Amino acid sequence: MNFVVVVNEGPYQHQASYTAYRFTRSALEKGHKIMRVFFYHDGVNNGTSLTVPPQDEPQIVKQWCQLAQDRDLDLVVCVAAAQRRGIMDHREAERHELSAPNLAPGFRIAGLGQLIDASIDAERLLVFGD
Amino acid sequence: MLHTVNKSPFEKDSLNTCFRLARPGSDVLLIEDAVYAALAGSCFEPAMSEALARYSVFVLKADLEARGIDSGDLISGVRAVDYSGFVDLAVKNDTVQSWL
Repeated sequence: MNFVVVVNEGPYQHQASYTAYRFTRSALEKGHKIMRVFFYHDGVNNGTSLTVPPQDEPQIVKQWCQLAQDRDLDLVVCVAAAQRRGIMDHREAERHELSAPNLAPGFRIAGLGQLIDASIDAERLLVFGD
Repeated sequence: MLHTVNKSPFEKDSLNTCFRLARPGSDVLLIEDAVYAALAGSCFEPAMSEALARYSVFVLKADLEARGIDSGDLISGVRAVDYSGFVDLAVKNDTVQSWL
């Protein structure tokens, strides 16, 4: 079955980001397809490469990156939400004349249309957030 | 329909609202802090017992364990599922409503 997962919460708000990650991993392990994970609102904070949590804490950004790499996941960060919160890929950083890009590997920046497209094509949409 | 609720009924009203609006026969899955609603002996137990007559109520095992709740401490009739069970519930139901 095809799923779309929406994450509306950053890794340090509450628990939703990790719940979304565990659901996604479990669905993939059971042979389902995750068409897209869409990070919206504060959820875009899951996509920064500049986070350095203590080593004995969960490394949620790294876990998303690893899952994207292992399972060829499409991790999409909403462009408008990302700009507000300082999450930029190369192109966006250059366009706004910022000092550096910080989008984590495995993520890409795109518009809300990507969420609409995926929810039309997918059979289930699950929202995780506060 | 599958309803997922992630906030404790002692903190937010979302579970009460879900129980008020969900159609009888629906599946309700308690995740994150909502698992506290399934604890036997709390002042929420009467509302949960009433809901169990209309809905199938599930709790996410990992979130129970993270809060030190033993499955023996649950209101009888509430069923604990793991993440694989969560995925199965999402497959079984045509739509998933997340109460946030």
